[in-house]
Amino acid sequence: MESCNCIEPQLPPDELLSKYQYISDFFIALAYFSIPLELIYFVKKSAVFPYRWVLVQFGAFIVLCGATHLINLWTFTIHSRNVAIVMTTAKILTAVVSCATALMLVHIIPDLLSVKTRELFLKNKAAELDREMGLIRTQEETGRHVRMLTHEIRSTLDRHTILKTTLVELGRTLSLEECALWMPTRTGLELQLAYTLRQQNPVGYTVPIHLPVINQVFSSNRAVKISPNSPVARLRPLAGKYPGEVVAVRVPLLHLSNFQINDWPELSTKRYALMVLMLPSDSARQWHTYELELVEVVADQVAVALSHAAILEESMRARDLLMEQNVALDLARREAETAIRARNDFLAVMNHEMRTPMHAIIALSSLLQETELTPEQRLMVETILKSSNLLATLINDVLDLSRLEDGSLQLDLGSFNLAAVFREVINLIRPIASVKKLLVTLHLAPDLPEYAIGDENRLMQTLLNVVGNAVKFSKEGSISITAFVAKAESLRDPRAPDFFPVPSDNHFYLRVQVKDTGSGINPQDYPKLFTKFAQSQSLATKNSGGSGLGLAICKRFVHLMDGHIWLESEGLGKGCTAIFMVKLGIAECCTESKLPAATKAGMNHARTDFPGLKVIVMDDNGVSRMVTKGLLVHLGCDVTGVSSGDECLRLISQDHHVLFIDVCMHDGYEVARRVHEKLTKRHERPLTVALTANSDKATKDQCRRVGMNGVVLKPVSIDKMRSVLSDLLEHRILL
Amino acid sequence: MPLHHYRPPPNHGGITSTPQQQVTHQPPAMDVLSQLRHQLADYTNSLHRDGFLDDQFSQLQQLQDESSPDFAMEVVSLFFEDCQKLVTNMARALELQAVDFKQVDSSVHQLKGSSSSVGAARIKNLCVAFKTCCDSQNRDGCMRCLQEVNRECVLLKNKLQTLFRLEQQIISAGGSIPM
Repeated sequence: MESCNCIEPQLPPDELLSKYQYISDFFIALAYFSIPLELIYFVKKSAVFPYRWVLVQFGAFIVLCGATHLINLWTFTIHSRNVAIVMTTAKILTAVVSCATALMLVHIIPDLLSVKTRELFLKNKAAELDREMGLIRTQEETGRHVRMLTHEIRSTLDRHTILKTTLVELGRTLSLEECALWMPTRTGLELQLAYTLRQQNPVGYTVPIHLPVINQVFSSNRAVKISPNSPVARLRPLAGKYPGEVVAVRVPLLHLSNFQINDWPELSTKRYALMVLMLPSDSARQWHTYELELVEVVADQVAVALSHAAILEESMRARDLLMEQNVALDLARREAETAIRARNDFLAVMNHEMRTPMHAIIALSSLLQETELTPEQRLMVETILKSSNLLATLINDVLDLSRLEDGSLQLDLGSFNLAAVFREVINLIRPIASVKKLLVTLHLAPDLPEYAIGDENRLMQTLLNVVGNAVKFSKEGSISITAFVAKAESLRDPRAPDFFPVPSDNHFYLRVQVKDTGSGINPQDYPKLFTKFAQSQSLATKNSGGSGLGLAICKRFVHLMDGHIWLESEGLGKGCTAIFMVKLGIAECCTESKLPAATKAGMNHARTDFPGLKVIVMDDNGVSRMVTKGLLVHLGCDVTGVSSGDECLRLISQDHHVLFIDVCMHDGYEVARRVHEKLTKRHERPLTVALTANSDKATKDQCRRVGMNGVVLKPVSIDKMRSVLSDLLEHRILL
Repeated sequence: MPLHHYRPPPNHGGITSTPQQQVTHQPPAMDVLSQLRHQLADYTNSLHRDGFLDDQFSQLQQLQDESSPDFAMEVVSLFFEDCQKLVTNMARALELQAVDFKQVDSSVHQLKGSSSSVGAARIKNLCVAFKTCCDSQNRDGCMRCLQEVNRECVLLKNKLQTLFRLEQQIISAGGSIPM
């Protein structure tokens, strides 16, 4: 036998076992070849794999292993030596690579493991973030709910709607089983169930306010979990076995007074309402923190909304009240106007109606006095006259006062002799004073002007009143009257701080002091002194009569004269000084005196006043006509007298300058009208002047209506006529 | 009502109602003219004081000058003539059974106008009262007033005659009016 290079297998070939080994080797080889292919394929696919060359190593290892097993297929039968060599090479290579790989793995596997750990860590983190995201989303949703709730609550200003909406929205947002609001009662000692969510009409359950659970809730501004068995939470029969958790929160009831100007509302308010919220029973739900926060926020918002509603209610109530008051005031004003109108009408009527009979009485009594009377009769007539004079004075006073108050009284300014006023008053008061044995002295300062410009009558009236009072209230002693020009320092009176007299060049302040030694004034009565109709009730004045109007009228007159009047007294029984100051104008020169004796007639200048002025006088009374004519002739006019309208119209022409008409004649106005018609050109027409005995408004209006240029009161004095004519010729009008 | 004791107003001396009374004091060396002047002045003053005359009369007196020296006298005479006529008319009207008060009223009005033009104060006041009676159609009242008016007219006439006589005396004594 020859030796061949064939290698025999070690063992005799078992047919079946060899066949199976053969197949397995084949498949292993197949697998070993396909795995690196897969690896390569997938690694190529994945971009990120840091250990490529490890794979290469693995690939090599696996390929070689596969190759080994493949070659093994040939060794099952007799095979040549080459196959054996290849097989050996393959095995050696495989061994090398696998050892290298094993060595490599020692470095790599820890790395790979740590990658895994990081991956786990990252996953955990991701889970955590997810959780937090969930939380944030929940909070956001809560916030949204709160905003929506707030919006709902604040969108109305009606208290009930606010509270109802709160409960409804809360119930919806938090899916509550029951939601209730307890309000404090008026007494503040109990809480009454005001609103609930599910029950439509809560019956008036009340709980006392000083329960410990309630105190606990009220003492903190957080939502507090309370027991479902507490009285405030036991609202309805238990629906399930396990009642849900209950939370209660306080709702401050703010009032307007809580809001200070610069501070936020202080929660020192003691009034709270209680809001109770119940989770559904038999659910595993619990109150989460964010839900509690939501409830607290809502409670605060409700408080604010309620206070707004309260403020609005207040202001609406105030506005309604104001409107009512306005209506009432309007009514009162209209009533007052009606009253004033009625009073004015009354006064207007009384003015005339009362004066006419008064005058008749006085006139006839005076006449009666002149006749033959027995002493008794004379006494009676005297009394009648005195009483009617008093009455006339009273009527005049009252009517004067009303006119003074209306502001329609105006001073009649004129020039007058100042000293004469005082002397006249003294003369008038002397009889009474001498009866009472009072000494009356008058002292006029030497620097007092002789003539002054002012209202002589009213000044005299004031002085008479003041002096009269002095006499009236003094039973004995003396009355002293002093008058002087007030100097600047003495012009201010401490009692009248708002009286600022300002002396000027044309005016001076006359200061008059009337001092008496009479009963004085009680300091308490001082404010009433100048009040109308108010009189002190002391015994001394019981018999004095008078209406209490005097001083009030004096005060008005004095004020009209830009002055001030006041009384000073040291007390009862210590006498009294009346002081008044009035502003008078300084007269430049003395004017006409009213002496009855004939004054020196200016013979020389009279006839040259109005030389050649052609005048017609129309008067049916011969005497009056003659007098007027004489007057005009005296002033230098060329006068024609006519006694009838026809004669007047016949004679009148453009040459005549002035026409005097006695409008008491029955055709007086008619003539005036016809004259105006006849001579229509204004600048050539004679001026027409009415002569009349009464100067009331009706006459003046009538004259104006027929186009007359002036009205003159009969009887006319020379000076009056002179001034009338000069005014007429200068201004062409006299009315 | 208490009756107060009537005290007549104090008499300031001088001339009272009778016009013929002389001035009380008479300084020895007084001129006749001045005396007359005094007399006239006193008399005029008394007339004014007693209400017989008022301002208007002084006005009339002022109207007297060289060209019309007797103006006042003329006016006064005219007035008295007028007065007489009116009084007669009124008397006749009041005697009728059916008194025409309107006519009486117009006469009174005339008289009032005249008397006020002349300055006869008392007569004018009487006319006021007279008018009231007429308005109230009081025949008896009117009669009484008429009598009053008549009496006053006579009285005033006498007084003014005295006044004018005094003036004449002054003029003839060499003085001039007005003083």
